[in-house]
Amino acid sequence: MRSPGVSASVAAGAVVLILVAVCAPALLAPGDPLAVSPTEGFLAPSLAHPLGTDESGRGIYTRIVHGARASAGIGVAATAIGVGLGIIIGFVCGLGPRAVDAALTRVVEVLYALPTLVMALLFVAVIGPGPTSSILAIGLATAPGYARMVRTRVRQVARSDYVAYAQHEGVTSTAAFGRHVLPNTLWPLVAMITLGIGQAIVWVSALSFLGLGAEPPSPEWGSMLNAGRVYLSSAWWMTLFPGLAIIATAIALTILGRRLSKG
Amino acid sequence: MNGLLEVRELSVSLAGAGEVVSRVSLDARAGQVHGIVGESGAGKSVLARTLLGLTQQDPRARVTAVELAFDGRDMRRAGQRAWRALRGSESSLVLQDALQSLDPLRTVQAEVGETLAVRRTPRSERRTRILDALARAGLADAASLLRHRSGELSGGMRQRVLIASAIVGGARLIVADEPTTALDATVAVRVLELLRSLAADGAAVIFITHDLDAVRRIADRVTVLESGRAVEQGPAEQVLRAPAHPTTRALLAAVPDGPKQEPASPGDVVLTAEHLTRRYGSALAVDDASLTLRAGETLGVVGESGSGKSTLARLLIGAERPDEGATCLLGDPTVRLVPQDPLGSFDPRHTVRRILDLSRRGTGPTSGELLAQVGLDAALLDRRPARLSGGQRQRVAIARALAADPHVLVLDEPVSALDVTTQAGILELLAGLQHRDRLAMVFISHDLAVVRRVADRVAVMQAGRIVETGLTEQVYAAPDQQVTRELIAASGPR
Repeated sequence: MRSPGVSASVAAGAVVLILVAVCAPALLAPGDPLAVSPTEGFLAPSLAHPLGTDESGRGIYTRIVHGARASAGIGVAATAIGVGLGIIIGFVCGLGPRAVDAALTRVVEVLYALPTLVMALLFVAVIGPGPTSSILAIGLATAPGYARMVRTRVRQVARSDYVAYAQHEGVTSTAAFGRHVLPNTLWPLVAMITLGIGQAIVWVSALSFLGLGAEPPSPEWGSMLNAGRVYLSSAWWMTLFPGLAIIATAIALTILGRRLSKG
Repeated sequence: MNGLLEVRELSVSLAGAGEVVSRVSLDARAGQVHGIVGESGAGKSVLARTLLGLTQQDPRARVTAVELAFDGRDMRRAGQRAWRALRGSESSLVLQDALQSLDPLRTVQAEVGETLAVRRTPRSERRTRILDALARAGLADAASLLRHRSGELSGGMRQRVLIASAIVGGARLIVADEPTTALDATVAVRVLELLRSLAADGAAVIFITHDLDAVRRIADRVTVLESGRAVEQGPAEQVLRAPAHPTTRALLAAVPDGPKQEPASPGDVVLTAEHLTRRYGSALAVDDASLTLRAGETLGVVGESGSGKSTLARLLIGAERPDEGATCLLGDPTVRLVPQDPLGSFDPRHTVRRILDLSRRGTGPTSGELLAQVGLDAALLDRRPARLSGGQRQRVAIARALAADPHVLVLDEPVSALDVTTQAGILELLAGLQHRDRLAMVFISHDLAVVRRVADRVAVMQAGRIVETGLTEQVYAAPDQQVTRELIAASGPR
């Protein structure tokens, strides 16, 4: 691999920071994200509150750090569901009987034609709002995209000269699958998954912003945006910083994903 | 005598590659073909591109010369605008890969007429000039081709379309970079004749190739490149007849020439194919082909592309089932293929070590020993195939085939993509392996000179049929069929 480059290094650093915030938020922000202090409401950024406070006097910085678990965690979990489903459907389509492939592919294509967020809203409408259902909704909504990718890749690898050569050498189909098809299909996905997590975080926040994800007091970037929206003209920091957190995470993961896909 | 293009001490440095052309002097004269030969990596293509101002587009490339003049005009400090004007009207480049150089969505008319369109030639005039260029490029019935796209043309026709688009603007300098490498021997000969006739019409042709035989056929002067340096230069006949520099001698010695060195003493029959027929749709890819193969001998299979050679190979190794007939293996021999495109047949994620280990059966030599057998260093074991050279890949493909301790090797165009010295190395390796292990080989190639060098017997294929078969030297001395005579003629004046 070539030297990582400046933007990729910065992106990797940002992702590490986010990981720390997810695993041990107290390391970065020792305060309590839920502690209300009515006298300190709507304070502008200062030394005591680096990113200001919200209407109840809770530190925005503390809430963003502690919100990483909800936002990024939900993003990762949703992507895991989407990728998992996508891989299963993709492999069944790519290697299964032609009739199954034709039927499943049509279904996947119809779902893929709907914008992801519309699909997610549809699922939320069916299963009801809440953090768990937003994970499920985003996961289900992203699955068709991954399924298409996996299917195409599986077929490409299965028809490759190197799989043909393994057959020529008398290697069983199971062994050829484990040796060649599986690794060569899944490895290119790593980059796509990294890109996908960034996107999923944005969608999770969008659902929360609409009040369909995390419940209001819990620190989640999207719902923080929504809470600050009302005070946009007087307390801009309440919306700006959670928004920046979402954007920075998505950009860092995208840069990293692009870098990985270049290999 | 002054050349159309005069070059003195031209040096080119590329970012990350250092000096790839160093102090090369040459000139291209109207009416002459100047051949530039060398192994891959000798700097031929960079030199060609520099002569047309294409290398200079890269701001990180450094081009210096004592003289670089086109028709008396100093081009050393010429900007891209000046070079573009020159390329549009007076000089042009013919590339190696006609398949990739032609836009699959554009018609022949659009492709050939592009130079004219750029120069705002009146439409009424364009059509005549396009037809004229196509005719001069040797495409009979040019008018019917105008509406076709490159996907509908054969390889030879595509190369001619490329040449037509190079000459349509009336270029006085034509730089052809390996124009025949991707072509069948018989088609290549016709393209060479075409370049020769362009020179006869007054153009200066610079012809870049690794094929010394092609140089012998058409070049007036020749420059031999090695690591960016011109190690020998002079009239083609003199350089090829009495080479002064060791590199030239090595290149000449590597040209396949003459019959097989150690004729086989064939043993038992290991493989027979009886009346093999394979259809794709209504087309007969292989039509009633029969052959036998004995231990220790090499059977050459020659023919133009599309004659059914590769399909025959797949039928022999059992990768495809014949519609009629059967392939029989006698004494349960292990059959292994050395495929046409070795890179594609390696898992891109596996190292050489993994590739060889996965192909080993029973207690054979280790992967390190296998590499040694094909003349490669064990240091390559941890490389991935993408980071090997063409010759190294082919050797690894042979090592992989040997890993199973095979009795029969089927080699599909194993040296077609390699330059002469690498090719000679592979042929020598195969001869040594056959001598040692009494391997039976089926050697498929479109190059009869190569087949003559390795094969005891030869089968000539045309349109799916084996039209002629016999001992190689007998077929060579007294060919029965027209197609065999053409293949012999194309394989060099020996």
